[in-house]
Amino acid sequence: MAVASQVLTSEWTKIRSVRSTVWTLGIAVVVTVVMGAAICLLVKNDFESMPVRERLTFDATSTAFAGMGLGQLAMIVFGVLVVGGEYSTGMIRTSLAAVPQRGTFLFSKIAVATLLAFVVSLVTSFVAFSVGQSLLGPDLRVGLGDPGVLRAVFGGALYMTLITLFSMGVAAVLRSPMLSLGILMPFFFLISNILGAVSATRKLGRYLPDQAGQKVMKVVTTGDDVPYGPWGGLGIMALWVIAALIAGYLFLKKRDA
Amino acid sequence: MIGCVQGAEARRRAYRGRMIEIEGLTKRYGEKLAVDGLTFAVRPGIITGFLGPNGAGKSTTMRMMLDLDNPTAGTVRIDGRHYRQLRDPLKYIGALLDAKAMHGGRSAYHHLLCLAQSNGIPRARVHQALDTVGLTAVAKKRAKGFSMGMGQRLGIAAALLGDPRILMFDEPVNGLDPEGIHWIRNLMKSLAAQGRTVFVSSHLMSEMALTADHLVVIGQGRLLADTSMAEFIRRNSRSYVRMRSPEHERLRDVLAAAGHTAVPAADGALEIDGVSAGDLGELAAGHGLVLHELSPQQASLEEAFMQLTAESVEYHAHSDTAGPAVPAGPAPGPDAAPPPPPQPAEAWGADWQRKKGR
Repeated sequence: MAVASQVLTSEWTKIRSVRSTVWTLGIAVVVTVVMGAAICLLVKNDFESMPVRERLTFDATSTAFAGMGLGQLAMIVFGVLVVGGEYSTGMIRTSLAAVPQRGTFLFSKIAVATLLAFVVSLVTSFVAFSVGQSLLGPDLRVGLGDPGVLRAVFGGALYMTLITLFSMGVAAVLRSPMLSLGILMPFFFLISNILGAVSATRKLGRYLPDQAGQKVMKVVTTGDDVPYGPWGGLGIMALWVIAALIAGYLFLKKRDA
Repeated sequence: MIGCVQGAEARRRAYRGRMIEIEGLTKRYGEKLAVDGLTFAVRPGIITGFLGPNGAGKSTTMRMMLDLDNPTAGTVRIDGRHYRQLRDPLKYIGALLDAKAMHGGRSAYHHLLCLAQSNGIPRARVHQALDTVGLTAVAKKRAKGFSMGMGQRLGIAAALLGDPRILMFDEPVNGLDPEGIHWIRNLMKSLAAQGRTVFVSSHLMSEMALTADHLVVIGQGRLLADTSMAEFIRRNSRSYVRMRSPEHERLRDVLAAAGHTAVPAADGALEIDGVSAGDLGELAAGHGLVLHELSPQQASLEEAFMQLTAESVEYHAHSDTAGPAVPAGPAPGPDAAPPPPPQPAEAWGADWQRKKGR
């Protein structure tokens, strides 16, 4: 049996020795922070002219995370490339010859990528929050000590980590990075939003992984009628992630490499 | 159950000292049997050539040996264990299956380093392996920019990384320039000389004749021959003398009177086994015969191999529904078949056509 610590070290070497890691994670940080900052700036300038209803339900925390919708796409690319890159390059055969215990191989890879994604997400989340709050100005800003805020900021990091994990599971099933991205990107960028916006599918849409998971980043929930709380939403997302990872593992175990 | 266990026990005893045992290995893709009940053993300390035409199932067999593909039936054992049961498999078997089985964005050094780390191989071995294959100068370069030959060398470095006793190469000379081919041949010989087991596949008999000590020949996924190289050469490299004379009938009579069996060839010449060209020339001169041709011939191993595999195709085409595999063991081909005719390529092509038209 391969020793897990050896495989973890090996996977760490793999992940740090390709440029796509730095690029995708770097873009995730920059896009999330910059987009969030820009939205905060816009909101601060237009706040007085916004409708009363919007002013009353204004959520300073989730406004700072406005860039996450786009930033998460870079995390998806990261997750897909970590797993799918093995297949598209043919490296998978070399990797599995070195570590024939496929469960050890897959979960070591996922563990290393997840830890890295979590650290990057945590930094992103806290930076996006503090930059956003400082731009919102003294009238609108909230602090980490306010009720629910620390949970939302920490939850933001967990959300981005889970979305990365989900894409790794999907990539393990589909094997092709192009196919995985072709499905995941439009899904999270468009389809999920459309399903959530159309009244007929809204009840269904809020059980999708991203919509359920994003609940954890909201502090002000007035007028929100979703049947789960912040952690409940993250739990629903976690169930999706677990399902994707189990499917990925089963496919890797059964199929020819 | 008890019978089964006893059978396995007996086999284990019989295979003692063998490093790779393949038993009843079968792989089915839908309708097609890619590998059909292969049974053979790769013996330690020599180069075993794994020979077969393209599509014979060599690569599939090798992938199953490394547990990359799941066999439909049958087992592969390495030192009596399944590949998945090996701790740090790179220390047992080093394999080069596909020179492109690496991430192009990773440097040669990091490619080897991550493999070394996964099997607890010290970092110093990475430098040694790079040095052995002559890639030290480009160790930090990304594999994407490597030529075919450099990629092949990196793949071989990965195979050598764990200092394994068994090495497996799938068509290692494919796509290489003459210098690269020469290098790989010498490398394989030196690895075997160090007492390692080398299992190398090829579709070129001439390549195997230069390197292999033992031959395992497959065609259509079935075992056709499992024999030593020397035995294969002795059986298949028939030497004979071709004679042609305007006085054909008289020549036949003279040869018959002298006790030689002459086999008429397609173009009107006669082929005589077991006599030297010199003796036959003197015999003809003694009878005042005019000769238009007197030439010693040697059937090439390539022809023998093509003949062997062409027969498997033919056999397969006529008895597709009959289940039982070719019995494993000594070569069925050379004994059963007459020596190769001069046009094996045509025969092979004809078989292909027949098979296609079926």
